[in-house]
Amino acid sequence: MLDVDSLSKSFRGLRAVQGVSFKVPQGAIVGLIGPNGAGKTTCFNLIAGVLAPDAGRIAFGGRPIQGLRPDQVCAAGIGRTFQIVKPFAGLTVLDNVVVGALLRSKDVSAAKKHAAEIMERLGLGAKADMPASSLTLPDRKRLEVARALATRPKLLLLDEVMAGLRPTECDQIIAVFRELNRAEGLTILLIEHVMRAVMALAQKIVVLHHGEVIAQGAPQDVVRDPAVLECYLGEETEV
Amino acid sequence: MIGRLLEGVPRRGLAMLAALLALLLVFPAFAGGYLLSVGFLILYFAYVGQAWNIMMGFAGQLSLGHSLYVGLGAYAAAALYVHFGLSPWVGLAASIALCALAGAAIGFLAFRFGVAGVYFAILTIAFAEFARIGFDHFAWVRGSSGLFLPVANYAENDLWNLRGSPRMFYYLMLGMTAGAFVLCHALLRSRIGYYWRAIRESPEAAQALGINLFRTKMVAVVLSAAMTSLAGVIFAFYYNNLFPEQIFHISRSIELILGPIIGGIGTLVGPLVGALLLTGLAEGLGELLLALGVDIPGVKQVFYGICLLLVVMFLPDGVWPPIARKLKLDARRR
Repeated sequence: MLDVDSLSKSFRGLRAVQGVSFKVPQGAIVGLIGPNGAGKTTCFNLIAGVLAPDAGRIAFGGRPIQGLRPDQVCAAGIGRTFQIVKPFAGLTVLDNVVVGALLRSKDVSAAKKHAAEIMERLGLGAKADMPASSLTLPDRKRLEVARALATRPKLLLLDEVMAGLRPTECDQIIAVFRELNRAEGLTILLIEHVMRAVMALAQKIVVLHHGEVIAQGAPQDVVRDPAVLECYLGEETEV
Repeated sequence: MIGRLLEGVPRRGLAMLAALLALLLVFPAFAGGYLLSVGFLILYFAYVGQAWNIMMGFAGQLSLGHSLYVGLGAYAAAALYVHFGLSPWVGLAASIALCALAGAAIGFLAFRFGVAGVYFAILTIAFAEFARIGFDHFAWVRGSSGLFLPVANYAENDLWNLRGSPRMFYYLMLGMTAGAFVLCHALLRSRIGYYWRAIRESPEAAQALGINLFRTKMVAVVLSAAMTSLAGVIFAFYYNNLFPEQIFHISRSIELILGPIIGGIGTLVGPLVGALLLTGLAEGLGELLLALGVDIPGVKQVFYGICLLLVVMFLPDGVWPPIARKLKLDARRR
């Protein structure tokens, strides 16, 4: 479904992403991991259209999407969350999600209905009329996900949505993603440092280091890969 | 359509609006010439404040050059009337087209080339200043010596040519203000209203949710400019004289944004409340000082300054939001 081919991006000589290639099959959940500064978020921003690649191709459903604007990428069916949450602070929680829902339903009352369903699913239902600025960090992360889901994406890019969540909260949101993946065939690409979340969700893992892919494959193989252990997980890590 | 507009509006709010409208409708029957002119000014500032609020309050784009649209609108309709005897209603079309074009030009330059925030505000000032200096040397509209509309004592109101009594202008302005209020209410509840507020709060997040930033912001600027031009036309035919030094001056731009700032940026009622407070109190203070025999020039400006200072210090969201909470009219927020 998503085909990233030899993607490169430099910032004033710093090669943030170099010749990165990987595929996200339809209906899969793929994890993108690696140490800080490995180029994961840059990769996301290239896919989401925030940055234009220096070289390489990105195809989504067979159609090239590199160089499109973020709103065009979203309209093509890729939803994203931000690592540093960006709620519409002055709007209510419901209105935040309605903005996302309005992409596919031009009618405001239909969008409100759709938004309410999604919020219920993510456990935000009781907070619909609160201003988004009053939410706690875990709820803001949920709001990021709810807003992105409201655009009815075929592929969802999740940038560290588990960071800062307690283990039980993590499990709740993992269950939601599993359910979305199983019931609606939602494809997910997630950046995550919380390994228990990655292991619980991902069917495939791509490991980035210094902007390059150093390993990819099934989770249980990747976590035993000596190169991955050395640069990221560490020798003693138990998974 | 009407049912949709009223959906979710608190009953009490509706009743209060109806009472306000009734009051404004009968006001001329009791008001003398001076009070009527104050009433006209209040409605005028409420209207342009509402138009400006679309850009800043809804879409978060700060314009400090709205005098450009007032001036262009005023000059276009007045010049067509003076030179060709065209009705201001015909001239209005030219005014709207001209201002929409000017707004589109500013919007294009800013949004295409990433001019944002303070720099965007400076760009809007620059265009108003271009116009001020340009019109000073524009012989066709008499340059700096000013454009005057022929005035006579009108026995009857001539609505087609906008020649007539202050009362006619008052009702015209009232209609426009009410229309702008309803339009803004409808806009806020529409898709584009949600999109504007999303852009105001976080452009990056808005774009990630599929919103075309350029197009959505352009609509706000062009609509705000076109609405403001309407006020310019009325201004020209009410005062009957136009000077580039006055109408395009930056102090005019500032004057018209004070209402919504004092009343509450981004709210529907804010521009009305702000215009009422500022114009009403400033004129009232002037009268009071006159009655007391105090003659200090610039007292109105000082009062404006103090008002602004107090609101910024104690009511950063404007006067209206706390009142709305008191009256329990902010159902959406709770």
